[in-house]
Amino acid sequence: MTLITEQGAVEDRFTRADTLEAALAADGPVLIPLWLVAEYAKVRPQAEFGLSVTGSTAIEDVAPHLAKVSLVAVEFAAFADGRGFSLAQKILREGYQGVLRASGPLIADEFADALACGFTEVELPETLANRQPVQQWLAAKDTMSDHYQSGYGRGPSILQKRHAARKGASA
Amino acid sequence: MYRYDEFDERFVRERVAQFRGQVERRLDGSLSEDEFKPLRLKNGLYLQLHAYMLRIAVPYGTMNSRQLRQLAHIAETYDKGYGHFTTRQNLQFNWPKLKDVPEILDLLADVEMHCIQTSGNCIRNVTSDQFAGVAKDEVEDPRPTAELLRQWSSLHPEFVWLPRKFKIAVTGAEHDRAAIKVHDIGLKLKRDDAGEIGYEVSVGGGLGRTPMIGKIIKDFLPKSELLAYLEAVMRVYNSEGRRDNKYKARVKILVHETGEDEFRAMVEEEYAKLDGPTINAPQEEVERIAAYFASPAYETLPETSATLAKAQANDPALARFVEQNGFAHKQPGYIALTIALKEIGAVPGDMSAAQMRAFADIAERYSFDEFRVTHSQNLVLPHVKQDDVPAVFAALKEAGLASANAGLITDIIACPGLDYCALATAKSIPIAQAIAKTFADEERQKKIGLLPIKISGCINACGHHHVGAIGILGLEKGGRENYQITVGGDASEHAALGERLGPGIDAADVPAAIEAIVETYLGEKQGGESFMETVRRTGPEPFKAGFTAFIESRTLETEAVG
Ligand code: SF4
Repeated sequence: MTLITEQGAVEDRFTRADTLEAALAADGPVLIPLWLVAEYAKVRPQAEFGLSVTGSTAIEDVAPHLAKVSLVAVEFAAFADGRGFSLAQKILREGYQGVLRASGPLIADEFADALACGFTEVELPETLANRQPVQQWLAAKDTMSDHYQSGYGRGPSILQKRHAARKGASA
Repeated sequence: MYRYDEFDERFVRERVAQFRGQVERRLDGSLSEDEFKPLRLKNGLYLQLHAYMLRIAVPYGTMNSRQLRQLAHIAETYDKGYGHFTTRQNLQFNWPKLKDVPEILDLLADVEMHCIQTSGNCIRNVTSDQFAGVAKDEVEDPRPTAELLRQWSSLHPEFVWLPRKFKIAVTGAEHDRAAIKVHDIGLKLKRDDAGEIGYEVSVGGGLGRTPMIGKIIKDFLPKSELLAYLEAVMRVYNSEGRRDNKYKARVKILVHETGEDEFRAMVEEEYAKLDGPTINAPQEEVERIAAYFASPAYETLPETSATLAKAQANDPALARFVEQNGFAHKQPGYIALTIALKEIGAVPGDMSAAQMRAFADIAERYSFDEFRVTHSQNLVLPHVKQDDVPAVFAALKEAGLASANAGLITDIIACPGLDYCALATAKSIPIAQAIAKTFADEERQKKIGLLPIKISGCINACGHHHVGAIGILGLEKGGRENYQITVGGDASEHAALGERLGPGIDAADVPAAIEAIVETYLGEKQGGESFMETVRRTGPEPFKAGFTAFIESRTLETEAVG
């Protein structure tokens, strides 16, 4: 697996675990699926951990855990399955401020969209990272300097920029 | 007409560069074919039967002469010298080479055009009324809304990987010429009791293999809340729309399967959670866009032109053209003219480079440098001075663009069908040509009156056959092309799906079958009823009976011959 942020490739602090045994055996924080959370939290109430959910998960199932986790990984079944983008928006709306990871066979061409929807990192399978190395991701995120949609990404939208420019001009 | 500012300009340029990079990354193996495919589709590039096809967006069908001249140039340089207008108010080139596409996109960007989202599972080119800003029955010009939506939907970070394609249409008039009820979202500008302007929002209309009429999910949406409300609809669809079966992935299926009320509740719940002000367009920005669509500098003229009346009296061909192709203009002394790209025997919607140039000159000189593309694969000169109509008619005639058959039985919509399309099960264009030839006589056409025929070459229904007064669907049956005929389809505010008349028939029998249907109509017709009015009154029964009689006579004939 390769983990990419806006700055480039980074180490993954988290270890994925699909069973309680594996989760308890791991060094450092674990990344566990929704159904394991209750069990794990009972055994390790103080431990830092991450939550992994599929893009089709209802926000009602995710929301109760958001205050306790420092990572949410949204699993993309396929690069063309956009559900994860909407889930990211819903997670942010709950006030979540931790690491938000898009995980799965995404392509570099989606990096800018993922970031604009609130993801902070992307976790790729090795085969994909080999074909589309980090440089392509960093280049792809900067191909478009602006976006029209207000409420996405960090900077103002084109509509907001125009508005600001007019205000500035008339002030 | 809207003009790009520096942001729009840079956006489109960067999008071209982005696509150029994607082509390169496909060629060096960074992108697999599966990954590249949706990327090229989102840039309007299809792989057809014989070659690539490039679909160019004509946002809400509005263009100027400079743009059309550029298209003529592209047609000659990179294609076979013509372009094809589609039922989505777009233009397609059927023969570009992949390596030339980035260059073509550069040329388009030079005239403020692009191919963004003319295909793929995303929000497609927004369509509208071809008589926007012209029609007398307009509450408000729909084009500013359509332009705002063009911008908002372009490379939307959250909604570029939808379950399926998504089409939005906007109308501002009482009479719906934008077919909003057969779109994924249909917006109708209206006034509430207090006189405020807003939208009636329909969701879940569509044609294809499961045709459905859209459901009104919001009676009145205040105008300023448009983007946030659409975001709610899109988010519900993106999250809940089916992804397990592409034939069930359109929003119409979601609305149908969850139920209209439940779907409405889901949208309302999502909408309640949104922070509208952070999403909606600032009022000043809406006004900035609207200002581009202010009326052109009309002259103050009498309601009707004596010059035109005199010319019509002397020239029956001109009179017929004005009567058939003219559309009443809100401005006294002006008229809108439909240019039917439907010469008898021609390919519906095709236009040669020479015709494009000639037409660009006409639009520039006589229609404030503006024209429209209609979803009937025709063009419109929106603002012609009535005094100028004789000169315009003469110029159109010279370019082979003066067919006086707008809305008549020979003004046929046909999808590309088996001549171009990889999905086709039957021919579509040759059927249109055969019917047009059968009814070529102008007097006969006039007697029959308004009768839009629509033809699709497969169940995907790009020719909108479900909403044709007569609809023709080409299928394949036992290795033969087989055509199913429907009547009573309607895409207007009386939206209805056509009903099948009986079993499918051979291609060679289609023109005679249409004649039989027309005979039924002329027999049933009361007073000045149009075909559609008669069908609405009688229902499909008499037409079914006439059709059955036709099939029987056909069988007898073949048996006699055999
Ligand atoms: S209706 Fe079928 S044949 Fe016609 S253009 Fe669409 S997909 Fe092709």
